[in-house]
Amino acid sequence: MTAHDSVAIRVQHVSKRFRLGARLNKYPTLREALASGASRVMQRLTSRGSDDERRILRALEDVSFDVRTGETLGIIGANGAGKSTLLKVLAQVIEPTTGRVEIRGRLGSLLEVGTGFHQELTGRENIFLNGAILGMRRREILQRFDEIVDFSEVERFIDTPVKFYSSGMYLRLAFAVAAHLEPEVLLVDEVLAVGDAAFQQKCVGKMSDVARHGRTILFVSHNMFAIEGLCDRVIWMREGRIAEDGPTRTVVSNYLRAFATTRIEQQWTDPTTAPGNEHVRMHAVRVRPEGGRAGDVISVATPFVIEFEYWRTDPSARLVPSLHLYSEQGVSVFNVGPPEHSPWLERRDGPTLIRDVCHVPANLLNNGLHRVSFALLNERGLVFLMDDAVVFDVRDDVGMRASFYGKWEGVVRPRLDWQTVTLEGA
Amino acid sequence: MAVEVPVTVIEPSKGWIGLRLGALWRSRELLYFLIWRDVKVRYKQTVLGAAWAILQPLLTMVVFSIFFGKLARMPSDGVPYPLFAYTALVPWTFFANGLTLSSTSLVSNQALLRKVYFPRLVIPISAVSAGLIDFGIAFVVLLGLAAHYGIVPTANMVWLPALVLLALVTALGVGLWFSALNVLYRDIQYVVPFLVQVWLYATPIVYPSSLVPERWRTLYAINPMVGVVEGFRWALLGTGTRPGPMILVSALAALATLIGGLFFFRRMEKSFSDVV
Repeated sequence: MTAHDSVAIRVQHVSKRFRLGARLNKYPTLREALASGASRVMQRLTSRGSDDERRILRALEDVSFDVRTGETLGIIGANGAGKSTLLKVLAQVIEPTTGRVEIRGRLGSLLEVGTGFHQELTGRENIFLNGAILGMRRREILQRFDEIVDFSEVERFIDTPVKFYSSGMYLRLAFAVAAHLEPEVLLVDEVLAVGDAAFQQKCVGKMSDVARHGRTILFVSHNMFAIEGLCDRVIWMREGRIAEDGPTRTVVSNYLRAFATTRIEQQWTDPTTAPGNEHVRMHAVRVRPEGGRAGDVISVATPFVIEFEYWRTDPSARLVPSLHLYSEQGVSVFNVGPPEHSPWLERRDGPTLIRDVCHVPANLLNNGLHRVSFALLNERGLVFLMDDAVVFDVRDDVGMRASFYGKWEGVVRPRLDWQTVTLEGA
Repeated sequence: MAVEVPVTVIEPSKGWIGLRLGALWRSRELLYFLIWRDVKVRYKQTVLGAAWAILQPLLTMVVFSIFFGKLARMPSDGVPYPLFAYTALVPWTFFANGLTLSSTSLVSNQALLRKVYFPRLVIPISAVSAGLIDFGIAFVVLLGLAAHYGIVPTANMVWLPALVLLALVTALGVGLWFSALNVLYRDIQYVVPFLVQVWLYATPIVYPSSLVPERWRTLYAINPMVGVVEGFRWALLGTGTRPGPMILVSALAALATLIGGLFFFRRMEKSFSDVV
């Protein structure tokens, strides 16, 4: 097999421009068209001529990449970045303005489950109709019919019109048909955004199944867990272009980081306008390496502190601080507070400007973006909460790695004692 | 890997593009399923179901027989007026429904257009073809009506399939233009019913084409439905007019509409999912 043979999809300099006029003014009437002159009508009909540059939406700009056979490629990016447009070009639903795409093997697309389902038809009838729409031959549908019904778990209602189905049943049936399409190249767009957790799990399971059988998958999603779990490689789209193309971990983490700009330090000088309420007003929040300043690099091997300074505007209030630290994906890493009650917190005439400092040791957090929420509580509950008070990046430290350069697994990355003892042999 | 892997090349189409009839042929199973869907769905939630296929031309025939046949005493080439009108109404109903449904077919299937690739021609073709079932039902009634009036269909009946095809080609040809235009201009859905109404009177349905002066008949037959209706009367009822030349003109006109429609449709096809 030569190198060329193993390429399943080759995308070369693909651009797609939409004429905004045609989209915004969605259903132009004939009268308007006639009124604006025959030449304009002709222009619209033939989509030629020099369009006003401002009226053009550049959905895709010079996009090029190859996908190897058997690879699962994720496509991520903000809404409107061109992800879905790209899939639609590959699915031949829309035509590229310029460029060229080559696809080796039968293409199946799951741009939306249930496309072409008809409400009045029964589950059985819709399996055949939808299968044909997705490009299956009648014989193939007959062969896989029982499997499809099994997967969908709707066998009892298979001869009931789908308009009587619950949305869950409808989805399961629709996905079941699509999942049994068995193309060599599969395009999947956000199917996981719908359905309950169990169903999503089933979908992901089916997709990794498909991937294991050596098929090529292009997967568009906002769900970073699904992307990380399924994809070998990720393309990050930004404003119609490829912002980054590389290993999943790297690209996903760069993408998430770009979205959440770090917030190393915040200060407020005026207690009347600072964030807070009648009990408390914030003065400052920051994160800095132990003995360093805010903005200095924090790596996995750096001990650092998180500081909160606040005014107690109601000296009679008894407050207990609490800190929540979350990982890039929003998983709670830990929640801490002071180990014991500070004696002054009990006093009614306590100080009015307070600093809480939390010391985080080296070799605890994993590398990546972290977010800190700060809360103050009293005996009745939450008094004040500040989400994302501090957002900071923990850099990787290559020094402590042996020869492994992948992303270290785990929410935390502690350095623990480890002994290796020889029990037998020299 | 010894298996031949199909390679799809996607490129922007330039100028007046080919018809890609090969791709259409490969989609014949999809076409079959879409026709089957249209037929199944059409009468699923109706009380009378397939009876509509009979009632529509039959009731029209009754109305025409009262007003044109009885009151206006319209000549009918020596055939009882109800049979005369109904023979024309059966292919006409097929044509009118096919034209109407195909004109709105792209818009009513827009969810499909935006999500899945297949030759878009499949959609208007299935919309027109689904009417063949209704036509079949109405045709059986037509035979019964002819028997009732003691008229035995002539051997020229062998030409009927060709005439039905002519009606289908006409409906599809015009439907292709309108369905593509309807994507851009939703006015088309108001134009079509009006056009069908006018077209009815431009076709010898309530009157015989023998009313049209001889020298105008060739021009008259540019309306392909003239050939279809005259052909039906000639083949079934044995009416005097030999419609050969008229049918030829009609067939040529229908073919021109179809070929023009196909190219126009293909030309517009690439922008359907951008606009729908």
